[in-house]
Amino acid sequence: MRVTFTVNGRTRQADDVWEGESLLYVLRERLGLPGSKNACEQGECGSCTVRLDGVPVCACLVAAGQAEGREVLTVEGQAAHAARRSRDRDQDPRQHEDTPNAALSPVQQAFVDAGAVQCGFCTPGLIVAAGHLLEHNPDPSDEDIREALSGNLCRCTGYGTIMDAVRLAAARKSEEVRA
Amino acid sequence: MDFLRPAGWEEALAAKAEHPGAVPIAGGTDVMVDLNFGRRRPAHLLDLTRIRDLFEWEAGEESVRLGACVPYTTILERLRTELPGLALASHTVASPQIRNRGSIGGNLGTASPAGDAHPALLAAGAEVEAESVRGVRRIPVDAFYTGVKRNALAPDELIRAVHVQKADGPQQYAKAGPRNAMVIAVCALGLALHPATRTVRTGIGSAAPTPVRAAAAEEFLNAALDEGGYWDSGAALDASVAGHFAELCAAACAPIDDVRGTARYRRHAVGVLARRTLIWAWESYRGTGRTTEGAS
Ligand SMILES: Cc1cc2nc3c(=O)[nH]c(=O)nc-3n(C[C@H](O)[C@H](O)[C@H](O)COP(=O)(O)OP(=O)(O)OC[C@H]3O[C@@H](n4cnc5c(N)ncnc54)[C@H](O)[C@@H]3O)c2cc1C
Ligand code: FES
Ligand code: FES
Repeated sequence: MRVTFTVNGRTRQADDVWEGESLLYVLRERLGLPGSKNACEQGECGSCTVRLDGVPVCACLVAAGQAEGREVLTVEGQAAHAARRSRDRDQDPRQHEDTPNAALSPVQQAFVDAGAVQCGFCTPGLIVAAGHLLEHNPDPSDEDIREALSGNLCRCTGYGTIMDAVRLAAARKSEEVRA
Repeated sequence: MDFLRPAGWEEALAAKAEHPGAVPIAGGTDVMVDLNFGRRRPAHLLDLTRIRDLFEWEAGEESVRLGACVPYTTILERLRTELPGLALASHTVASPQIRNRGSIGGNLGTASPAGDAHPALLAAGAEVEAESVRGVRRIPVDAFYTGVKRNALAPDELIRAVHVQKADGPQQYAKAGPRNAMVIAVCALGLALHPATRTVRTGIGSAAPTPVRAAAAEEFLNAALDEGGYWDSGAALDASVAGHFAELCAAACAPIDDVRGTARYRRHAVGVLARRTLIWAWESYRGTGRTTEGAS
């Protein structure tokens, strides 16, 4: 079957999709977007986390056909998504042209700066989940962070630096707002 | 395989009548695992997520009507007051990603003895609204679970909604497992005080082939609360009452040994959860609030 949906702001189409195929498979194998990782295919690890109509979900558990006509945001679209949001928040129209199309979203940058990336396999899922958290809760408690990331497993870092990264992203954001 | 995508409820019922073997898919958090691992290869998948009404809920006078596709996230964010037990249970399910997709209808469809909605529904009192082209019927949740991962639906039926009684007293839910997130219950217990009828109801998960109520425990406790004048006095519960209630809850189980725990551990843990949830709920009934909020 053919499936058409929006990925990172662009309409994309996948053909010859098997009816029982997952959204994750379509993203990785048919649309050339390997950022979302495939580790468990059973919802346990969160490395495939994407946003479906804005909401974090495991792409491995969404049937491809269920994505028809919907909007998907993957890790590949994070930086552009974050740039668009900060542009939209800005009242000053002059800033519109100036906003650079950042290579990394603030959350991604914070992961780099905090050393929260080791093998990197869990990172895309965490970036998507953390990005969603900070959009809805700009000043999360440690408890909030743990809860929001409880569906994402990391086998390298021990989570300490991941917590640091999310706190850092939140702190930078609030500094930016104050400035 | 065919992917059927009904845009409305009538169309879905017609499709299910035409293909009774079609597997409905809502959040997909059970179905997709089976597909990904080749455990199921149905001829038809019936996607319910285009049907908007199934995502809606409505609070009536006595009960809340939850559309079959309403996900756990909605229940725990929006229905804490009306359905505190189910909201607590929803919060224990898996992770945010799973709670954003996994639905109450899917939990009933799977009818796993470990499903977290079931003990809460049994304790609160609920009816499943099942429909086919032949008509609609209401199945009391007590009669819905018919065996391990079996339910009372006919092959041509779909779940349209679940009607859950609104809380008229404190409700609790507790679950035993190795960590806070991403845990399929080793065992679980839901408990609801119903001051309006002066009764207490229970639901036990993962400790028998189906989710069950602890009927003898409820009977004992209802009599003890009545005879002791507890509902009027709001006195602290006698330790022996809570203790015997816990024993009877443990005795209501018919658990098995499996990878998640032994039968002996399950029976013991159900007793502990029963005593704990009863005391929590009773303390909030006694407290100034006499609220319906379950403490979490
Ligand atoms: C990682 C992970 C962790 C989990 N943890 C928990 C947990 O802690 N607690 C828990 O209870 N569950 C857990 N589950 C199981 C699952 O998330 C729940 O059972 C969920 O409620 C299923 O809902 P769904 O909408 O995703 O169902 P689906 O997978 O879409 O469907 C489940 C079943 O119900 C049928 N069905 C769905 N909707 C209808 C309908 N309207 N009418 C008739 N039949 C229908 C389907 O055909 C299928 O047989 C977990 C799953 C995963 C992958
Ligand atoms: S690959 Fe989807 S949760 Fe692990
Ligand atoms: S960095 Fe290796 S799994 Fe997280």
